[in-house]
Amino acid sequence: MKDVSFGSYFPADSFVHKMDARAKILIAIAYMVAVFLVSAFHFLGFAACLSFVILTTAVSRVPFFRVLKSVRTIIFFVVFSAILQLFFNSKGTVVFWVITDVGLLNAAFIIARIMLIVLGASLLTLTTSPVELADGIEGLLYPLKWIKFPVHEFALIMSIALRFIPTLIDETDRIIKAQKARGADFESGNIFKRAKALIPVLIPLLISSFRRADELADAMDSRCYAGSKNRTKYKKMRLSFRDLMGVLAVAGLIVGIVFLNKFYAINTLAQIAGAL
Amino acid sequence: MPVLEVKNLSFSYGKSQKAVKNVSFAVEKGEFVAIIGHNGSGKSTLAKLLNGLLKPTSGEVVVDGFSSNDAGAVFEIRKRVGMVFQNPDNQLIASIVEDDIAFGPENLGVPREEIGRRIDDALKAVGMKEFRKATPERLSGGQKQRIAIAGVLALKPQVLVLDESTAMLDPQGRKEIAAVVENLLKSGVSVIAITHYMDEAVKADKVLVLDRGVVALSGTPKEVFANKAALDALGLEQPLAGIIADGLRERGVNIPENIITEEELLGALWK
Amino acid sequence: MEIVAENLTFTYSPKTKGLSFRALNGVNLTVKSGEIFGIIGKTGSGKSTFVQHINGLIKVQKDSGALKVGEYDLTDKKCDYKSLRAKVGMMFQYPEHQLFAETVAEDVAFALKNFNKDLSAEELAGRVRQAVEIVGLDYNEIKDKSPFDLSGGQKRRVAIAGVIVAKPEILVLDEPAAGLDPKGKREFLELLLKLHKDFVKTIIIVSHDMNLVAEYCARAAVFAGGKIIATGTPKEIFSDGKVLAESGLDLPLTASLTEKLKSKGVDIDSDLTVKDFTEKLIYALKNGGRQDERRFFRQLFPRRLFRA
Repeated sequence: MKDVSFGSYFPADSFVHKMDARAKILIAIAYMVAVFLVSAFHFLGFAACLSFVILTTAVSRVPFFRVLKSVRTIIFFVVFSAILQLFFNSKGTVVFWVITDVGLLNAAFIIARIMLIVLGASLLTLTTSPVELADGIEGLLYPLKWIKFPVHEFALIMSIALRFIPTLIDETDRIIKAQKARGADFESGNIFKRAKALIPVLIPLLISSFRRADELADAMDSRCYAGSKNRTKYKKMRLSFRDLMGVLAVAGLIVGIVFLNKFYAINTLAQIAGAL
Repeated sequence: MPVLEVKNLSFSYGKSQKAVKNVSFAVEKGEFVAIIGHNGSGKSTLAKLLNGLLKPTSGEVVVDGFSSNDAGAVFEIRKRVGMVFQNPDNQLIASIVEDDIAFGPENLGVPREEIGRRIDDALKAVGMKEFRKATPERLSGGQKQRIAIAGVLALKPQVLVLDESTAMLDPQGRKEIAAVVENLLKSGVSVIAITHYMDEAVKADKVLVLDRGVVALSGTPKEVFANKAALDALGLEQPLAGIIADGLRERGVNIPENIITEEELLGALWK
Repeated sequence: MEIVAENLTFTYSPKTKGLSFRALNGVNLTVKSGEIFGIIGKTGSGKSTFVQHINGLIKVQKDSGALKVGEYDLTDKKCDYKSLRAKVGMMFQYPEHQLFAETVAEDVAFALKNFNKDLSAEELAGRVRQAVEIVGLDYNEIKDKSPFDLSGGQKRRVAIAGVIVAKPEILVLDEPAAGLDPKGKREFLELLLKLHKDFVKTIIIVSHDMNLVAEYCARAAVFAGGKIIATGTPKEIFSDGKVLAESGLDLPLTASLTEKLKSKGVDIDSDLTVKDFTEKLIYALKNGGRQDERRFFRQLFPRRLFRA
């Protein structure tokens, strides 16, 4: 259990891995905006987004199949959305049975949009460790200090949560085993029975979490913790040339898509055929 | 002048019976003091009083001139009296070793470059320099506990309190901590170790035995562990070498009374 | 119930490259019914993985050797793990951390209710009372208390009552004395001896406390790198320097003394318990060892060591 890596982080020493987490988060957001900007049916726009993903993946040294794997978890959602579009769209001309050309295009459009967004998001988590992500979010939230948002406390909570997730997974595993050894059965029975069977796991877990919290608080106090006042920060994030490159690339993507939308508007199957 | 002085210290949780009663002792620079006692004897309460995690009901702890009764001095005391607890998992706050060690100095507002140097020094002191960027999750219990010690050393304490810090470790981990303690003592840091392991207490300069909040016995390890009757009454045991020596003496073998280590036992047989 | 492992192998995350880790690598071991058996080895030597196989908490992987516990064949897909677990009780480190019920009686009854669904309320209460009393607690006084209000030593006793209440034939204990003070430790180990005499046939102790193993276990197996590198009585194991070097374990004090005396030419042939060691040492002091050694002994242990 201990050795299962948490999250989907894929450690490597690449251009993308070395980028500043703040820049990566912003770029990921900008990329998602770009995906949403692609106007209806504009498959060239999607092609541009896809190339962006493929290029980033190549530079990041994350194997392509690892990136594609992330799509697997949402495949049901994608298929469901596509089916809705296929069967419940009355616009356009009927191509086959109740399926119209607009329905077909909408379904393809939805699939492309969801997949591209998931691919982008997973690239972010594959190339950025949870710790870096938390630091990045903290860095981006920093300006909120001016409206009295407790950025430091928020960041500390994130960091401690990340730190304790593996510990609690281990602990849960241990308690489950101990109760199984006493004949507890977590696998059979209906949903209510199973939920009830979890009580002997949840209560010890809760109690131990309180104990851990108490001890952690003592340890933090012992190390002179007194909130964010007069605190310095050891870790310093620096924007570099790499981050600038990333920002330029995503800016280029957005400009390209806006340009395509404006000058190469494509709205029907016939037009797509023409464009190809 | 002692680095840390405990004067007539008492403490009770709420209105219940006193957990620590009228305890006094002093710790010199570079001195190694062991505190033993059965579970519930008040050892951990005493530990928490030493760095201001608890406020004494009466009496005081004086560290380097700062009194525990001076509310403004609590951070001065905590800076000087570092504390390492039992469960290494519950005292590391960051997912990367250097970030965790930085936590203390960051709290004190130490400038960034200086924090970097302190991380270096602290990791060197616990022999884990190459683990600076490591994730604590992947380390052994002994290594985690050494990181916890490093996190405290980064505050540059004069006294290190180990509150049963070896209780959850395997023999390998305990050896690692013993080696770190030895180094710290050499560099002039005083160590107060609360422990159930008599073979750890044997190495101390001074042993205090706590019972129901009172110092029931104190002295050098030899003095304390030779007193079998008193130890029995307090629910404690002699070190194993002492038990064997006693067994021999009971059967008429004429060997000295204050044997507590293997070497001493062998030495006595060979005189 | 006898435990027989043949060429048992186990790999964590076998499919994930980089994370995959072989914890057991061809373990052969027989633990006979009725023993107090020690399982020793450093952290990560595979000893925990092995014992968790015994009651099926970790299932035997495909083509990874054989494991039989009594009549249960754990390589069989249809193995009835639940009834196996009723017969193989297992107590993990810090067992008091698994207490959960509102009262001691309920917590102790948990395993019994799981294993014997058709027990009457009376029988249930009787069995719980028996388990609570055998671990040395006063049933009437403690049964309605919350387990969380007890002292550390009491909690551990309740936890062990919660395991033995099912009357297992084999009891596996992982580091049973961890975190107890010396007196608590001694009392707890005495309780184990009592259980072994009256209640549980086989006790398996997983520990890295070599003094404990030398004192309490009749036989032991030494794990290192996922294999068993030695099996035998503590005396056999701890007199083999090669085994100890390979396992990275320390010697129990009695074995260490024996070794050092041996290097001076004195053979003390004890079973490594403190009592027997002391006996044999006294014998050697008084009589010398073999005839030809006697003169040598006189030199080593001058008369003034003896009062008489």
